[in-house]
Amino acid sequence: MAENRQGSDRRGEGRRGPRPTKVREAIRSELAEDAGDDEVVSTLRPPVVSLENVSLAFDRPILKNVSFDAMAGETICIVGESGTGKSTTLKLILRLLKPDEGRVLIDGEDITEISFEEALEIRQKMGMVFQGAALFDSMSVLENIAYPLREHTDLDEDEIEARVREKLEFVDLDPDQVMAQYPSELSGGMRKRVGIARGMANNPEIMLYDEPTSGLDPLTTATITKLIIKLQRELNVTSVVVSHDIRSVFRMASKVALLYDQRITFFGTPEEMSGSDDPYIRDFLGGL
Amino acid sequence: MRPFLERFAQSTQRKLLSLQEYFALGLKSLQFIFARPFYGQDLVQQMDEIGVKSLGIVLLTGFFTGMVLALQSSVQLKLFGMTAYIGTLVTASMIRELGPVLAGLMVAGRVGSGIAAQIGSMRVTEQIDALNTLGTDPIKKLVTPRVLAALIMLPVLTVINDFVGILGGNVIGSLLVKVPASTYWRTVWEAIAGGGFTFRYIPNDFIMGLTKPFVFGGLISITACYFGLNTTGGTEGVGIATTRTVVVSSILILIVDYFITQILLSVLSYG
Repeated sequence: MAENRQGSDRRGEGRRGPRPTKVREAIRSELAEDAGDDEVVSTLRPPVVSLENVSLAFDRPILKNVSFDAMAGETICIVGESGTGKSTTLKLILRLLKPDEGRVLIDGEDITEISFEEALEIRQKMGMVFQGAALFDSMSVLENIAYPLREHTDLDEDEIEARVREKLEFVDLDPDQVMAQYPSELSGGMRKRVGIARGMANNPEIMLYDEPTSGLDPLTTATITKLIIKLQRELNVTSVVVSHDIRSVFRMASKVALLYDQRITFFGTPEEMSGSDDPYIRDFLGGL
Repeated sequence: MRPFLERFAQSTQRKLLSLQEYFALGLKSLQFIFARPFYGQDLVQQMDEIGVKSLGIVLLTGFFTGMVLALQSSVQLKLFGMTAYIGTLVTASMIRELGPVLAGLMVAGRVGSGIAAQIGSMRVTEQIDALNTLGTDPIKKLVTPRVLAALIMLPVLTVINDFVGILGGNVIGSLLVKVPASTYWRTVWEAIAGGGFTFRYIPNDFIMGLTKPFVFGGLISITACYFGLNTTGGTEGVGIATTRTVVVSSILILIVDYFITQILLSVLSYG
């Protein structure tokens, strides 16, 4: 989808602050650093996730006419102020919520009107990492990661354990050390990593992350960010990430969607965003 | 006046919607008993949680209720020189009313609150959403095993409660009222037989005594799961869900108890 900036000038009125040159320089240097590794994947294949003119309201309007596409292997980062409907967008993709207007398509299939049972099927294509990891308290790490495998595959216990070990190693955790532990015995960063391992247990083609780095120290934040990039680069997973952490967003995003006033006011590459002269975007980046 | 009427209409609409959701949850959880996948391990775990772990509290309340029933009725029966009939009174009271209602109230307090707190915590920590995203229906995974376990275990607990209650009556009858055990147990059987039989062999008291806990089991578990799944507002919300579960379950038990009694008394040929 082309860059979408309508309404951004109006919203920038009265918000002009000092130009956040330092932040932008830091971001540019980080982008240059990352470009030294692999190029962020961006292909022209059909969209894996697509939102078409989606509107949703509860007591008040949450989203109005929101559209964006996530192509195969892309990482779309949704940013914006608190309460702008970022997590709601993820719930729409997961079909935990149904839009009042518009359509949500997964692999070209319209999931707007599907039944609850069909939605459960569709969700098996996706892995979700929650803000607080949402690991099942009553289950060990092994059982948490094995859960989707036991539910939806015919793998025997040895194969399941092998898959769990593989996923734990992928997220840089020692299987022998953590598999028997319970979520309450893990640190915040470890919980997030186990959450990622559980999300990718079924080898989904789409990964959704809700604030994957919130509440983490800078080192753990960097680790989680690298993990998301690794997942995209090594497994070509399409990702949609909701985050407030602009530094991480600029490192992992193929495209950034900025939500403001119920709409996407910017959709483009991190370079385009950091180079933007839009007052609200400058303000937003500076504010972070 | 108009805003008041509007508020009243909105509030009524919300309550009716909640009631509809409550019954829909109950119906769906019962339908899932016959649908695959069947979470057998969860069922066994819940049967242990609801049944085995409630045994202590049920034994204690049943035994002391039986004892106090015997003690109180002995005072009245002594006036007519009929203390030999303590067993009749204790048995009829325990099997028809106190056994099911007390077991129900104990389970509502101990298990209902636990279920609401557990599912409520899962709701506020996004574990219910996680189940959904992992392709699992939370009703099938969480509600059905709890409802089925309560439907099975509450009648079992009630039978145990009835028995230890009658045993408690025997202890008081023997030790304080000096009613021989043989007389006591003969009057116990007379009380059961006196209620009449259905299909010639099934005592009506057993039908009433088992129908009630079966219904109470469903009420407690569905109420607890309903409030748990609808928890909002973090840990404070979990507390509210827990309190509501105990209050609503207890009130429902007492109200439904009356109607079941009324229906069964008119359906079964008592006496």
